[in-house]
Amino acid sequence: MKRLIKEFTKGITIENPTFGLVLGLCPTLAVSTTVINALGMGIAATFVLIGSNIIISAARHFIPGRIRLPVFIVIIATFVTICELLMKAYFPALNKALGIFVPLIVVNCIILARAEAFASRNPLLPSFFDALGMGFGFTAALTIIALVREILGAGSVAGIKLIGHWEPITVMVLAPGALLTLGLLMAFTNLLKIKRSKGKHSGIERKAGGCSVWR
Amino acid sequence: MPDKLIVSVSPHIHSHESTPKVMWSVFFALIPAGIVGVFIFGLAALKIIIISVLSCLVTEALIQKLTHRRISIGDGSAVLTGLLLAYNLSSNVPFWIPVIGGIFAIAVCKQAFGGLGANIFNPALAARAFLLASWPKHMTGFSKPFSPDAVTSATPLAMLKEGKVADLVQSGLSYMDLFLGKRSGCLGEVCILVLLIGAVYLLWRGYIWWYTPAGFILTLGGLSWIFGVGGFFKGDFLFSILAGGVILGAFFMATDYVTTPITKKGQLIFGIGCGVITFIIRRFGGYPEGISYSILMMNATVPLIDRYVRPRRYGVKK
Repeated sequence: MKRLIKEFTKGITIENPTFGLVLGLCPTLAVSTTVINALGMGIAATFVLIGSNIIISAARHFIPGRIRLPVFIVIIATFVTICELLMKAYFPALNKALGIFVPLIVVNCIILARAEAFASRNPLLPSFFDALGMGFGFTAALTIIALVREILGAGSVAGIKLIGHWEPITVMVLAPGALLTLGLLMAFTNLLKIKRSKGKHSGIERKAGGCSVWR
Repeated sequence: MPDKLIVSVSPHIHSHESTPKVMWSVFFALIPAGIVGVFIFGLAALKIIIISVLSCLVTEALIQKLTHRRISIGDGSAVLTGLLLAYNLSSNVPFWIPVIGGIFAIAVCKQAFGGLGANIFNPALAARAFLLASWPKHMTGFSKPFSPDAVTSATPLAMLKEGKVADLVQSGLSYMDLFLGKRSGCLGEVCILVLLIGAVYLLWRGYIWWYTPAGFILTLGGLSWIFGVGGFFKGDFLFSILAGGVILGAFFMATDYVTTPITKKGQLIFGIGCGVITFIIRRFGGYPEGISYSILMMNATVPLIDRYVRPRRYGVKK
């Protein structure tokens, strides 16, 4: 049980797909313009991640090693198709807003990375919790980025206007804003990591002997 | 910066130069352009300059305090960033534009990278790009020279871009107007005469070299002349140089020590690159002026340039 909890929490904290592993940046940057889009993308990716991790883990003894990547992709693509059809049927507006990035979940690095690095080597239950944690971490990271961008760039949260008389920072909902937000949030999470590992033996020294570290 | 340098045995050669000295020299070389800007655009310009400089200073002090570093607002680099940012703004922007610009320049473009000497991009120009992308309405409304009630008018380059005028004569301006600054534009870029005086002072003191400005100005002017709107070799060399912010950019921002190449050859490549990109933006891009973007783009290539034009070590054959 302890191990399962560990598999779940690592995806949210230390191995967070966005801030820790820095995977799946393409959808992260593209759809984090509004909180609704970010949540939709996160949930869709989590659904695919859980499905593919379970199937790949269950079938890990039958998948020949030399053609494992094509097999993974076919399994992932199956779930992406299910997800896309469901989305088209029940959330047509969200599907339209996410556009090409729904089918592109097939080539999302996080999903293939978890299949290759975890699900194909671990039993079913840990794989499920790994997918759950990774999906939750991805959704959370995406939503935080979207929250910052939407508040600053459009003055609203999930489409609801916060302040009426205010000129928003338009650049934050444009492409440069995505990179700015991601960079600053990543710096912030690194700061938290350094603070946490302080006292313990760690490779990162905060001040590196009085110098400001920049190389 | 640490104060723990290892000092070897004497004798030492000391050049009596220091970072604050260079920064303050550039600052004073830019002061005349600010005075003329205030004279042309009124006290609104002075307000923008003061707010911008204060915003940069306060942000720098605050961040250095929060990160437990030595507060170095006296070295002039933050003041210079604030001044250059103000010179790149229109005089009739709302007061919060230079405030946000100053915070962004220092906090995100300079201190986030590790402070003075570690930033990749010129902070003032990066802040200008940020402001222009966020509030294009405020950033492109330039006030008319010598008008007390802040009437806006298009810059000469914008008029040319929109096709309202085909050449200088139709715009109702003369080369002398452009040279002395009787046109609308950013508050520090309009008066070429005083900018050149400042530039000559810096060149004479040896604080800047002529490679970057020469490469920049000659490339931009030459390309504008060769590929003129009216046909080959029919472009206006002087107009392309006097009308925009080239003089301010080439002498004061493309020569920033931190964000430009170290070697002479590298600086020449940097200047030529800036000239080519500016020409492409002006002629084919969506904006009438491309000085700031060209310098920012070339800033990104500086590590590459420095790598390939490394000077030959003494005594080592190629």
